[in-house]
Amino acid sequence: MAAMAPGGASSSEIYKGNASRLLLPTWVVIGVFLLVPVALMATYSFLTKEFRGGVIWEFSLAAYDQFFLDRGLFGDEPPKIEWTYITIFWRSIWQAGLATILCLLIGFPTAWFIATRDARMRTVWLLVVTVPYWVNLLIRTVSMKFLIRDEGPLNAMLLWSGLIDQPLGLINTNLAVQLGLFYSYLPFMVLPIYAAVERYDFALSEAAADLYAGRWTTLRLVILPVVKPGIIAGCILVFVPSLGAFLAPDLLGGAKSFMIGSLIEEQFKGAAGNWPFGAAAAMILMTIVMIVLLVYARSQTREAKA
Amino acid sequence: MKKILATSLIALAAASAAQAEGELKLYNWFEYMPQELLDKFTEETGITVTMDTYDSNEALLASLKAGKLGSYDLAVPGDYMVKILGDEDMLGTFTAEEVPNLVNIEDQWMDVPFDEGRKSSVPYQWGSTSFAVNREVFDGDIQTTGIIFEPPAELKGKINVLDTSGETLTLASMHLGIPQCTSDRDQLKALNALVMGAKADWASFGSDVAKDVLVSGDAAAGMIWSGFAAKARGEGAPIEYAFPKEGVIVWMDNITLLKDAPNRDSALAFMNFMLEPENAATLTNYAQYSAGVKGVAEFLDPEVANSPESNPPEGTTTVFVEACPEEVQVLYDAIWTNLKK
Repeated sequence: MAAMAPGGASSSEIYKGNASRLLLPTWVVIGVFLLVPVALMATYSFLTKEFRGGVIWEFSLAAYDQFFLDRGLFGDEPPKIEWTYITIFWRSIWQAGLATILCLLIGFPTAWFIATRDARMRTVWLLVVTVPYWVNLLIRTVSMKFLIRDEGPLNAMLLWSGLIDQPLGLINTNLAVQLGLFYSYLPFMVLPIYAAVERYDFALSEAAADLYAGRWTTLRLVILPVVKPGIIAGCILVFVPSLGAFLAPDLLGGAKSFMIGSLIEEQFKGAAGNWPFGAAAAMILMTIVMIVLLVYARSQTREAKA
Repeated sequence: MKKILATSLIALAAASAAQAEGELKLYNWFEYMPQELLDKFTEETGITVTMDTYDSNEALLASLKAGKLGSYDLAVPGDYMVKILGDEDMLGTFTAEEVPNLVNIEDQWMDVPFDEGRKSSVPYQWGSTSFAVNREVFDGDIQTTGIIFEPPAELKGKINVLDTSGETLTLASMHLGIPQCTSDRDQLKALNALVMGAKADWASFGSDVAKDVLVSGDAAAGMIWSGFAAKARGEGAPIEYAFPKEGVIVWMDNITLLKDAPNRDSALAFMNFMLEPENAATLTNYAQYSAGVKGVAEFLDPEVANSPESNPPEGTTTVFVEACPEEVQVLYDAIWTNLKK
C-alpha cells in the first residue's frame, strides 16, 4: 500500500541515509511501551505467586499448570484437562467473533453507502458515524443499559405500541453483551472499509458489467479483492478489543460470567490476588491473537507472491 | 544541557515540596465522601484534598501493592483489610497526642482487634451488609438469607449479589451455618453447591451498581450495604432492608494512615477533623451508616438517626468478615472462579 503514495520516490531520496535515525522515536516508543511491559508480563507469569498480590522471585510453572490442568478443588486428584479457563476464553472468542461478523454485515453496506455519496455528504455521514464516539465508552455503555433495561424506553415504546405484552428481558443476557460490543466497535469497521471503498475505481465495475458480469460476480471478483485490506483491517480492529472487553460484559451482561478481561482483572484486583496467573492468562491471550495475526500475514504474503 | 536539567529538577523538587505543605492525598471508596466536608476542611486548614476512589477492599490492596504505596496519605479500608495492611507492613502509626480527638471515639470502637489501641486508624463509618427486597414484588417473610440463596418464585431471576467473593461467600456460609475460612471438605463442597445452584436465580453480580439496580427495578432483591439501601429507599425504591435470622455482616471502614505518607501532618489533621462530632455527623448524614464517634447524635438528621437500616432489631446476630490464611483462601477463590466461569 505504501508504494502507492504519490511522490514516494522523491521523499525517500530526501530522507535516504537518515532512516535509522528517523526510526529511533518509533523504536523507543515500541521498546518502552510495548516490549518492556510484555517482557515484564512474560517474566511474572513464570514467577511464584505471593499471597494477596505480588510475586516471589522464584521460577514456577504453577500459573500455567493452573490454567491447563484440573487437580480438583483440593488439588490432590490426578490431573485432568482444566475446562474452566478454556470455557472462559472460548466464550470471549465466540462473542468477539460474532461482534466482528455483525459489524461487518452492517459496516460494509454503511461504508459503501458513505463512499458513494458526493464529497460534501461524505463528510456529513462520516461525522454522523463518529460523533457518538466523542463520548467516553463507559458512558455509552451505561446509556445502552438505560435504553434496554426492562423499565427503559425501548421496552416502554414496544409495550406502548402493543408489539410485545411484557418486557423483552434483554438486560443481563449474552444478547445485551453482543449489542454493547457491536455498538462500541462499529466505527472501527466502517472507517477502514470506507477508506478502501473510497479509493475503489468505479470504472472497474463498469468494465465488469461490460463483460457481462452480474452484480454478485462483480462484488465477489472485482470489488471484494480491492477492498479486502480494508475489511481485514476492520475485522482486526473490532475483534481484538472485543476479545478483551470488560465494560459490556460487566454492565450489560451483569458480570455473571467471566470474560477474559474480567478474569485477568480479578487476578489483580479481586480477592484472588494471583499475579502470575493473571500474567499467564494475558500471555495466553496474546499468543492466540498473535497466531491469528500471523496466519493473516502469511496469507497476505502468499497472495502478494501469487 | 545537563546544568539546565539539573536546575529545573531542583526547581521542580522545590515547587512540589512547597505544595506538599498544603496537600492531602486521600484514597476512598466511591460515593462515600460529601464534597462539602472536603471544602470545609480546606477552608479551616488551607490543605487541598485530592481524592481517588476504589470499589472493594481488595482493589485498594492491589493498587497499593502495585506501587501506589507512598503516593497516598490516607485510605479507608474495612476492618479485616486494616489487619491485612498491617500484616503486610503498609501502615503508618501515630500517637494519641498527635490526634487529640482520639478521645471522641466510642469505647466499643477503641480497642478493636484489627488495630489495637488505634495506632494507625480511626473510625470512618460502620454499618452492615445483608440484602434489600422490593416489597411491591415480594411481600412475604424476608428475614432469612434464603431470599438470596433459595429465593421464592417472585424473586427468581431478579436478584443482584455483590461482586466481591468476601461478602457474598460469607453470607452464603451464614446461610449454611458453616464457619468462615473453613477447610472442611464437606462444608466447602456444600458452599460450592449452594452458590452454583443459586446462580441460576441471580440476574447479576455488581457492587457499585447495587443501589441503582434496586432503584431502577432491574433487580427486585439485592445484597447491599445498609447505608446504600437507605439511599436507595431515599431515591424512591420501595425496598426493605433485611436483618435475617442467620445474621448480618458487620464492618467498619477506617481512616487509615498509610506507610510512607507524603503528607503525614495533613493526614493527621484530617483524621482529627473527621473525629469532630459535627463533621462525623455531616459524613453520616451523607453516607447514612453510623459514625463510631461520641456526640454525633445532636447533629444527625432525624431520618438518618432513626433509619431502619442503621437500627438493627434487638438480638440480631452480627459477623465480621474474617481474613483467611492462604491455604484456605485459595479454596474460596476456586469456588468463586468456578461460580463465574
